[in-house]
Amino acid sequence: MSGVTTFLTRRRGGRFWHWTDIVSWLWLVGGLVIMFGPAVWLVGSSFKTPAQLAEFPPTILPYVSQQASVEGHDKPLTLYRVKQADGSTKVMAEVRRIGIVAQMVDPKAPKDIIKVNIADRQPVREIGFATGNYTEPFVHFDFMRYLRNSVFVTAMATLITLLTNSMAAFALSKYKFRGRDLTMLLIVGTLMVPLSVILVPLYSVVSAVGLLDSLWGVILPTVATPTGVFLLRQYMLTIPDELLDAARMDNASEWQIYWRIVLPLAAPALAVLAIFSVVWRWNDFLWPLVVLSRKELYTLQVGLNTYAGQLNVQWHYILAMTVVTMIPVVLVFVFLQRYITSGIAGTGLK
Amino acid sequence: MTAVATLKTWTGAALAAPVVWLASIVNVPLKWWQRATGTGGMAAFFLAPNMAIFGIFVLVPLVINFFYSATSGTAYFLQDRTYVGLEQYQRLLDCGNYLDTATCREDLFWKAVHNTGLFVLVQVALLTVVSMITALILNREIVGRSFWRAVFFFPVLLSPVVTGLIWRWILQRQGLLNLIVHDLGGDPYNWLTDRFWAFTAAVSVSVWAHMGFYTLILLAGLQAIPRDLYEAAEMDGTKPARGFWRITLPLLMPNLLVVIVLALIRAVQIFDEVYVLTGGGPGTSTLYLTQYIYEIGFASLLRNPGLASAASILMGLVLVVLTLLQLQVGRRGERKGARE
Repeated sequence: MSGVTTFLTRRRGGRFWHWTDIVSWLWLVGGLVIMFGPAVWLVGSSFKTPAQLAEFPPTILPYVSQQASVEGHDKPLTLYRVKQADGSTKVMAEVRRIGIVAQMVDPKAPKDIIKVNIADRQPVREIGFATGNYTEPFVHFDFMRYLRNSVFVTAMATLITLLTNSMAAFALSKYKFRGRDLTMLLIVGTLMVPLSVILVPLYSVVSAVGLLDSLWGVILPTVATPTGVFLLRQYMLTIPDELLDAARMDNASEWQIYWRIVLPLAAPALAVLAIFSVVWRWNDFLWPLVVLSRKELYTLQVGLNTYAGQLNVQWHYILAMTVVTMIPVVLVFVFLQRYITSGIAGTGLK
Repeated sequence: MTAVATLKTWTGAALAAPVVWLASIVNVPLKWWQRATGTGGMAAFFLAPNMAIFGIFVLVPLVINFFYSATSGTAYFLQDRTYVGLEQYQRLLDCGNYLDTATCREDLFWKAVHNTGLFVLVQVALLTVVSMITALILNREIVGRSFWRAVFFFPVLLSPVVTGLIWRWILQRQGLLNLIVHDLGGDPYNWLTDRFWAFTAAVSVSVWAHMGFYTLILLAGLQAIPRDLYEAAEMDGTKPARGFWRITLPLLMPNLLVVIVLALIRAVQIFDEVYVLTGGGPGTSTLYLTQYIYEIGFASLLRNPGLASAASILMGLVLVVLTLLQLQVGRRGERKGARE
């Protein structure tokens, strides 16, 4: 027995468990629960019916009340397990409820209505998923439109960011011209100009150029990211100039050099920027909130916040739509997390 | 080649075709431009789109913000507004006692300043300590390090709205936290309607959402510390705790300072997740500066864009000081790195 324990607790390097190892593992497992737990709880809750969401204490898994159609009633009736006078239980269907007394029938003998105190019964439930939470918001609310708007904003902003940032980075890394250092300084200097500092004047500028209440008004102010220019320029500096000169010898135009040589070689950096940009634009909240006032133009984030801010919050829909909003980011996390972490570790930028 | 791979290649080619075609079309006028202006003109061409967008949507707002803060009225166009000089700033700074918001003319602004100050202090301290502990643990010889690193990074990617809603759902009356409290024998509580707990929630949720980012920076710093330093210390009989204070902390200092300053800069601007979580409430207990700017500038009935703009410039000044501090810290870190 002691041999097994020794084997299980043996560590690499031949040392035995130190108290710091136990603390470390507790911290990591605790971290796993705290970091993923809330999201898992959200997904679980999003499959519950409104009645179940209002219950306390909440159940971990989603349940659905069983229903049955009973002769003489048009709608299916909810089934309950009723405790009877002799202590046995019996499954019955509820016809209607008045105060604390429910009128119930035995599905096998639908004629006789029996009065039951609601304290003496429990709904018959099975694990089930209220998938309507996911399908109904797309039909009854504007969530399909919000989703489309978010996809449009994210895709367009990312494409324009990649194009304009890489062009600027190309000029700043491969040409010598007057004012180059000044331009670079200007870009890096505004790296730290946050949206909240220029919120009011930016709004007036966007309204002056006629982009208020349009998705382009959401897209354009975000695309000239200093982070992107900086990241791409640092990468392009590592591409040898000799390669460009060789292409010039072969009569390639400057545009062709940019398009056919530098862009393909900068693909890894472009990929990192693309991933960043998708996450940024998908998650943007304050700026779309300010610039969009027509409801049909809302992005998912703004739409979610609006529905969640109403007096009578329909949590079953909100939770499901929160999960939908989370999906692209979870996909990025599962498949592309590596690129982001290496991007951050390399540049210290987010 | 399998059928799937062939299909992929063809779809890729079909999707790329219009882009390639467009690029070759663009090439024709650009050749003319290149012949007319030389490479200098080409540099201008490549810079133009980015700098135009950058100029219109970053530089121009930055400059007109100062004019904006010197005007009054509810109109958004500068020409429709009346010049009032420094009146907005006077109004913001008009205070009998800066520690008592009731004596201030713009008591809401000062409430936001006080709240933000307290939030920044507590959040940055907690964030730094938690990230540091996590980075130290991830730097040990643990099985599956990249998995654990990813675990702590997950919330960083979530949108602030999603983060806010997840936690609002957990902290509400029928929520997960009350389930735990109930199972431990306590009574359910409305956490977000209590001043103290709403503040605690705002701090904890923002730490939860951002700690993965700072952990990464610290971990990169820790991994750059040469192992043989510790081996040498161990041979000299140095205790691990002493090793931490004498080796790890001094060598990690540049990264730690960058983390603290970055966290400060972010914390001053805190908005999204707290706004979704608490809406600034209960009362004004979690109202922070960015929310004040947003509400005075756009949302409230007493809309006053000039005042919001003046407040944003004051906040900007704090951020400029912090950014300069960061550059200073970064440069010192670089010099230190070069020496070693």
